[in-house]
Amino acid sequence: MKFKFNFDPIWPELGMILDGALLTIGLSLGAIVLGSMLAVLLVGLKNLGGRWVGILVDAYVELMRNTPFLIQLFMIFFGLPLLGIRMSGTQAGLLAMTMNLGAYAAEIIRAGVESTHKSQLEAGVSLALTRLQVFRYVVLRPALAKVWPALTSQFVLMMLASSICSFISVTELSGAAAIIESRTFRSFETYIIVTLVYLVLALALKSFLLALGRRLFPNASGMDRIEARGSAV
Amino acid sequence: MTTFGWPEMLFIFRSAGWTLLLTVVAFGIGSLIGGTLAIMRLSQSRILRALASGYILVIQSIPVLMVLFMSYYGLSLFGIELPSFFAASASLAIYASAYLAEIWRGSIQSVPFQQWEASSSLALSRAQQYRYIILPQAVRISLPPTVGFLVQLVKNTSIVSVVGFVELSRAGTLVNNATFLPFQVFSVVAAIYFMICFPLSRLSRHLEKVMNAGRNH
Amino acid sequence: MPAVTIENVHKSFGAVEVLKGVSLSVEKGEVVAIIGRSGSGKSTLLRCINGLEACQSGRIEVAGHVLDQDQKHLRELRKDVGIVFQSYNLFPHLSVGENIMLAPRLAKGLGGPELRRMAEEVLAKVGLSEKFDAYPDNLSGGQQQRVAIARSLAMQPKVMLFDEVTSALDPELTGEVLIVMEDLAKAGMTMLLVTHEMNFARNVADVTVFMHQGRIWESGPSSELFATPKTPELQAFLSAGVH
Repeated sequence: MKFKFNFDPIWPELGMILDGALLTIGLSLGAIVLGSMLAVLLVGLKNLGGRWVGILVDAYVELMRNTPFLIQLFMIFFGLPLLGIRMSGTQAGLLAMTMNLGAYAAEIIRAGVESTHKSQLEAGVSLALTRLQVFRYVVLRPALAKVWPALTSQFVLMMLASSICSFISVTELSGAAAIIESRTFRSFETYIIVTLVYLVLALALKSFLLALGRRLFPNASGMDRIEARGSAV
Repeated sequence: MTTFGWPEMLFIFRSAGWTLLLTVVAFGIGSLIGGTLAIMRLSQSRILRALASGYILVIQSIPVLMVLFMSYYGLSLFGIELPSFFAASASLAIYASAYLAEIWRGSIQSVPFQQWEASSSLALSRAQQYRYIILPQAVRISLPPTVGFLVQLVKNTSIVSVVGFVELSRAGTLVNNATFLPFQVFSVVAAIYFMICFPLSRLSRHLEKVMNAGRNH
Repeated sequence: MPAVTIENVHKSFGAVEVLKGVSLSVEKGEVVAIIGRSGSGKSTLLRCINGLEACQSGRIEVAGHVLDQDQKHLRELRKDVGIVFQSYNLFPHLSVGENIMLAPRLAKGLGGPELRRMAEEVLAKVGLSEKFDAYPDNLSGGQQQRVAIARSLAMQPKVMLFDEVTSALDPELTGEVLIVMEDLAKAGMTMLLVTHEMNFARNVADVTVFMHQGRIWESGPSSELFATPKTPELQAFLSAGVH
């Protein structure tokens, strides 16, 4: 039984780990921003479009939620070049993460939107607002505030899933780990350091997102009270 | 370069069987560990609670890929070289145990406190309370999210291809490398995953509806 | 031409007929109170007038608009017909000022300093000038209801509907809302109010309508109706001490 840990070969590679972490953060933030926009678009389409639009949105969401991210990534990275679209691993990774997160976030946001109290909708239309205006100005923000914790968890999960991009040789954190491991032959040491970095990143991202939620939705705490009172009919 | 014909299809379908087996084994072992962790989280002992919470927090804050590597390389430190199936199952079981523990702890805590009061008023011991009153109700509450997690587990088996284990995703990669027909190959692979996961997702949603209907007194 | 014309309106929810042939006519500047037991169809009638409920048969014309189910027509109608709800239904994520300015901006295209000035004016009318930047959850029920009235007023409606607007308020808070409504009445607004406030109906409403089992059972000038109820149902209702 050999317990000889040898971290020495790892220290010179810390720069590579840092670069990997930065790429992980970049991919994650990019996917969060783009994925959220996609999610709001999908929810809006389902809410305001007709029956067939809703079915298409549902089909997309179910497809992305019931197949592994790895396969979605492979489809994009290996498949798109055959259609003439050349992408780097990083670009394919970002696209796959955006499409995947968009579907999950859409499901979460949709639940928030559907839980809007009918009285809010009645107030909106009674003020001569169009359905799109009601969705955009009355429904969306409170719905986002309500589901923000669930969205935050999903965003963190996506950041962790970015590790799968290493399968197509993207040198984010896991990809960097693979390279360092093959160079130094110190597998356990490499991966324990990288695991710790992920741990720190996950906790940091979660805190950041919760704080962001408090800034974006400052009146969230009052909203539950209002909605409870507003249903006193 | 080969064509994407029946031998390749059969190979993919057989590998799907390995995916299912991995899922079942990981879920089984993960449930045992997860159940224990859930009880630890709810115990009177601060140390047990902290240990369980720490374990769950760590596992939930790192990628499944890292759980896989840490257990794989951790075991080899002890000189234990497991065949890839067992290494993969063990890692997935560890991953599953953390999430299942949280789901089940939440379910136990969702049982209304009046049930605790009623059962202790009937002079039942804590173990008896759990066994006859609390756990049966907690199990019902936990069904929708547990089935939902099963879907995640099936999808995450795709990651073990990195340790060379040939399950469905790895089979797809191998066939793609041979045929250079990614759309066809990965569509078949995706379809198989979909056929496994979609019914489970629907089941989870159905269970949730049934549960909410029953709770509205 | 009357401000509101309701002709033989029938409305059912599934198999239950809630409005069984209601006809009513309201002149410009008139204040009409609608009273009756719960289930008599009062709120349903009101909600038919601004299109929140659709009636199966009959005709409703309000402020020159004929009620149908066309979304565009309904929006035009709702620019001229305001409604205040029992549960205020303010938008919790917007400030008081933003609540008031939202619809005039989006539906009527107003903007800039003019919009803000108009919002401040209408908020002053309900006596809450200092709350322009406050959020609904920091206001009392009575204050929220007054903001709801201001929000409707900002659209400069020709007719205003009030659906039991004081029923959800603590008794001490109803007064401030009723004062605002009385001011509106004195300023000549055409108002239809479903209410349990019998004193208000008697003193402020020109006409009171008593609804019973989906029909208009009795109606007439408020002072007469309350002093000498003609039908036994209305007599029973008034003496049951609903006020």
